[in-house]
Amino acid sequence: MNSRSLLAFALVAAAACGGKKPAEQPAPAPAPATIDSTAIKARMRQDSINAAEARARAAADAAARAAAQAQAQLSAEVSALIHFDYDKADIKPEDLANLDRKAAILIANPGLKIQIAGNCDNRGSVEYNLALGNRRAAAAQRYLTNKGVAAGQISIVSYGEERPVNPADNEAAWAENRNDQFTPTAGGSNLMAPK
Amino acid sequence: MRGLLAIGLLALVAAPVSAQDPSLPNDRGVRVGITYTAGARARLVVLPGPGADSVRAIVQRDLDYSDRFEVLALSPGDAPGGGAGPVNYPLYRTLGASYGVEIRPDGNRVTVRLQDIVAGVMRQEQPFTLPDPAAPGFRMAVHRISDEVVRWISGTPGIAATRLLVLQDKRAYRVDSDGADVAVVPPASETVLSPTWSPDGQSIAYTRFLDGTGPIVIQRLGTGERQVVPGTETQLNFTPAFSPDGRTLAFARTDQQGGTDIYAVNVADKCCLRRLTVGRFADNLSPTYAPDGRRLAFVSTRAGSPQIYAMSSDGTDQELLAPFDYGATGPSNAPEWSPDGSAVAFHRDIDRAHQVFILDVGSRRFKQLTSSGRNSDPTWAPDGRHLAFISDRSGRNQVWVIDTETGRIRQIPLSGEARLPHWSRRLGGTAP
Repeated sequence: MNSRSLLAFALVAAAACGGKKPAEQPAPAPAPATIDSTAIKARMRQDSINAAEARARAAADAAARAAAQAQAQLSAEVSALIHFDYDKADIKPEDLANLDRKAAILIANPGLKIQIAGNCDNRGSVEYNLALGNRRAAAAQRYLTNKGVAAGQISIVSYGEERPVNPADNEAAWAENRNDQFTPTAGGSNLMAPK
Repeated sequence: MRGLLAIGLLALVAAPVSAQDPSLPNDRGVRVGITYTAGARARLVVLPGPGADSVRAIVQRDLDYSDRFEVLALSPGDAPGGGAGPVNYPLYRTLGASYGVEIRPDGNRVTVRLQDIVAGVMRQEQPFTLPDPAAPGFRMAVHRISDEVVRWISGTPGIAATRLLVLQDKRAYRVDSDGADVAVVPPASETVLSPTWSPDGQSIAYTRFLDGTGPIVIQRLGTGERQVVPGTETQLNFTPAFSPDGRTLAFARTDQQGGTDIYAVNVADKCCLRRLTVGRFADNLSPTYAPDGRRLAFVSTRAGSPQIYAMSSDGTDQELLAPFDYGATGPSNAPEWSPDGSAVAFHRDIDRAHQVFILDVGSRRFKQLTSSGRNSDPTWAPDGRHLAFISDRSGRNQVWVIDTETGRIRQIPLSGEARLPHWSRRLGGTAP
């Protein structure tokens, strides 16, 4: 690849990165007037090409990082657990913001499909917990569809007490284990942020 | 041979003899119905004799576990001559024995005699053919001898020739009623819930738990042949229960609206799936058939917390079965109808710990059976007087067997945490 096409590539790459101007860099020192050799000119040109490439790379990296971060943030918001009181399947007030955010993301991404899995602590009855987990999953499903999420974007399952987040046997673990888990089953990458 | 007998006696001594469940404060309107009166049971001795020591040891322990007799342990000096020769009635009379069980080897058979020690006469005599002691069916064949001896004396067969299904680490295991021969039910690769016996003991049904869903599978134990129950291919299907004739399977099934309802399907002809309950935001689960097959008890959350209801086997005539105080009584779950139809066992939360209760179906009165630790998931022995259940009274979840007549209690020791036991009916000679 010759240097002209390298420069062209660097410019295209920089333009591709959101069209933002690369950050201001100190200008290269002016060349001494007394020396005028082809070799020095070539090196200067090469230096400026290298600098432009580095700027483009940095900008691309930063943009990629920001995009990945935004994606991770959206994914985390989709996947964030909600929790329940003992033997209850009622949505708690402290989880409403979490669910509202999920609803907005689901509406902004009609291709995103999620599975809600209801979980229980191990103090209830083993088999009843399978039904209770299903009711917990349905509680979140109903909340989201009431917020305008398409019914086809959500399916529910119950793990009962079979998949504890925390296998310990104490109040804190039980509270952790009474939850709904939200797992993307389709369209979980390249999420659009809600407007 | 003498050593084997000694081991048998040791096993007997090691068994809990009077581990009665401590009685309860009687402050919750619950009648505690069990008191164990020591010495009220007839004394029985398995007579010593030459040979057949392993048979004698198994029978002796079975008769002890029947809880119908006080089984006497003999000291070496009690039977001069090792029990050869005629029965020494006066000797056993001085020990207070009412019955003597005589076991004489005779080739590949044993001859079993029931001796009336008080009257000094033989009451019963029967030869039993036994497989080789190393053959897999040997212990069950001996258990059937024990059950016959119980029938000779009490009129009702014993429950030694039975097995329990139980979960350990999400695998189904089966174990003989005396705790021997613990074996995983293949395939060991599946995550299993709700294992249950068919009435003939030839098959089991269970939930193959997948990723929050799962079908119910019926597996023939002899051949390993498996079939998915029609109508359970999607959603989560659990708590299967066979009708007493084995032709119908009732089970619970989740839906995508959050409800759980009970269905029944004819598994003999693989047809005729019927929905028995219509939940509308309530859960209906854990069906259990009355022995006449006409009624089902089940759990429903229609009044808020899960409680025990009953309905006709076609889903009509639904009613509350176990009374409760709305808003006060804890959740009640895991009903199982007794083999004689008179009672339903279940567990109920008392101060957030499950305890086993028995409801008398006729009077609708119930009694609390347990109070030590957490006790759940009761399952009836075929004699209708013994129950197995899960208890953490020893520090971890294990299967315990209680005799509801005497309150005697024993553990079936398992290596793992045990869940969801189900007791078979009496297993005949063709049981796999």
